[in-house]
Amino acid sequence: MDKEVNVQFHHALKFREDICIGCSHCMNICPTEAIRVVHGKAHMHANRCVDCGECYRVCPVGAIIVEQDDFENIYNFKTRIALIPAVFTGQFPESVGSKEILEAVHDLGFTYVFEVEEGVEFLNERFNEYFQNNKSIKPLISPFCPAIVRLIQVKFPTLVGSIILLKAPVDITALRTRKTLMDQGIDPKEIGIFYVTPCAAKIVAVKSPVGEEKSVIDGVINMNFLYNKVFKILRQKKDKTEIPGLSPLSGKSVCWSLTHGESDHMNQGRSLAIDEINNVIEFLEKVENEEIDGIDFLELRACDESCAGGILCPGNRFMTADKLRKRALRNESDPDNHHNSIENTGNTREYLLDNCSLNKVLPRSIMKLDDNIAEAMIKMKRIYEMNGILPQVDCGICGSPTCKSLSEDIVQNKAEIKQCIFVQKILEQNDKLDISESIKIMRSIWGENVLDKNSLKDEINEIN
Amino acid sequence: MTTEKMHFEYPVEGGNFSKAGYPSSQVKKTLKQLNVDGNVIKRTVVALYEAEVNIVAHAYKGVIFIDIDTKKIIIKLVDEGPGIPDIKKAMEIGYSTATPEVREMGFGAGMGLSNMNNNSDKLTITSEVGKGTNVEIINYFPS
Repeated sequence: MDKEVNVQFHHALKFREDICIGCSHCMNICPTEAIRVVHGKAHMHANRCVDCGECYRVCPVGAIIVEQDDFENIYNFKTRIALIPAVFTGQFPESVGSKEILEAVHDLGFTYVFEVEEGVEFLNERFNEYFQNNKSIKPLISPFCPAIVRLIQVKFPTLVGSIILLKAPVDITALRTRKTLMDQGIDPKEIGIFYVTPCAAKIVAVKSPVGEEKSVIDGVINMNFLYNKVFKILRQKKDKTEIPGLSPLSGKSVCWSLTHGESDHMNQGRSLAIDEINNVIEFLEKVENEEIDGIDFLELRACDESCAGGILCPGNRFMTADKLRKRALRNESDPDNHHNSIENTGNTREYLLDNCSLNKVLPRSIMKLDDNIAEAMIKMKRIYEMNGILPQVDCGICGSPTCKSLSEDIVQNKAEIKQCIFVQKILEQNDKLDISESIKIMRSIWGENVLDKNSLKDEINEIN
Repeated sequence: MTTEKMHFEYPVEGGNFSKAGYPSSQVKKTLKQLNVDGNVIKRTVVALYEAEVNIVAHAYKGVIFIDIDTKKIIIKLVDEGPGIPDIKKAMEIGYSTATPEVREMGFGAGMGLSNMNNNSDKLTITSEVGKGTNVEIINYFPS
């Protein structure tokens, strides 16, 4: 197998212990079983997390936060560029035009504002070339969604070779912008490119990219943060400002980040678009078994309704998608809209052609039990043994999401079988465990407060 | 350490196409956990799935026996069914017992056995007409 990457993984999702109530909602929803509850707090296994953000959606107290750069960082640069994804324009009422929205971003202190999808036409051409040159790989998988790329690395290591090794539209637009400004004689150190992100995974894609050494983007601004700032400006705005160099997007580009955005424009073979991470996992299982036949291209997105459903998008995902589709239709019917592929001229195009590829994506399997196969077999047998003892209720009281994952945790020395409440009750019946010890175990999982003897004093008689 | 072994068995129901694929799914998961080379996993899963579907399509019932040690995986598929009269001929690319009608629907292209052959390091087929067929697939793990 390919050499695997072994580094500490950066994550944009952070758990705030001071807020977490240890309710385990996040643990139960996590598609890669990356969360455990210890001492009444949710903990993340960094090597398993793919930053899909499902935990963020279900947290009832807001204890899961998405890291964000200080907005003032933009002033570290003389020439400040904001790259805005089209979904941002879909967050606002339809009466507000995309131009007004981008102007408001400009007013916040940026020198230039571009839409991320300006790079789409160029990228679409590269995709179709890529198909020509990689006909033996079926299906090819889009590299668009960083959560999906990471999901494949950790859970479907045999499919890493199917990922198309091309950068995302935001990287193309960032490269183009940087190159154009440098050609105008601007010192590269004075150019700051900031990406407005709809999700946590895209932050990680900038902070610790897969398939490239360092991202071309200098900082990230969370969409919900910018939304509030822009909304305020729109409400108070009086005069119009013109942003230099902004060109209208093609309909295709506007919809690129929506479900079917890519798959509708692959002009070879048969394409399929699947959104929502559990749907993707279900489908990739079948792809891995080679049960799926005749598909040439897979567009896979971690969020329902793709980027319109990103965890940092304040608007309703269905409304956002609909607004973008309407905007695409308007753009297409506008006779003034030429939407040239912006990179069609001169040495910028050459530069992009030289820099649009990704390096090989390496697997980092969370599936393997041990590097040594004999050791792995011993562990696997023990997992089967443990799992045979456990009740298969998947109640999560042990602090692991399923009986199976508790078995794995035990064998990997991260948990004890006594953490299972059913095992405790059986041991108690056999006088092998006394109540004080079982309480101690429960407190080690759920914290001191939940099992405080005095906490239900008044209610106890009533309960009885 | 090198004597570590694992054994699994999966029954196969003739005619139940909707259930086909479970054994290969389980074997895939096991091999991933054992950190076996991805290419070997792929080939094994393809060969096993093809062999399983053959039982489902042609036999009344069968059992799949999986034996894994640190060096290889041995898959034995034993079925009760019509058997194969001429195995050598059945292995030929394009050979098929399917009727033209079935072929028109895209099935029975005669690639099954050769596909199995291409995806196993060692393939042995023995058969008795009117009784059943035994298939043995061996794939070795690169050290």
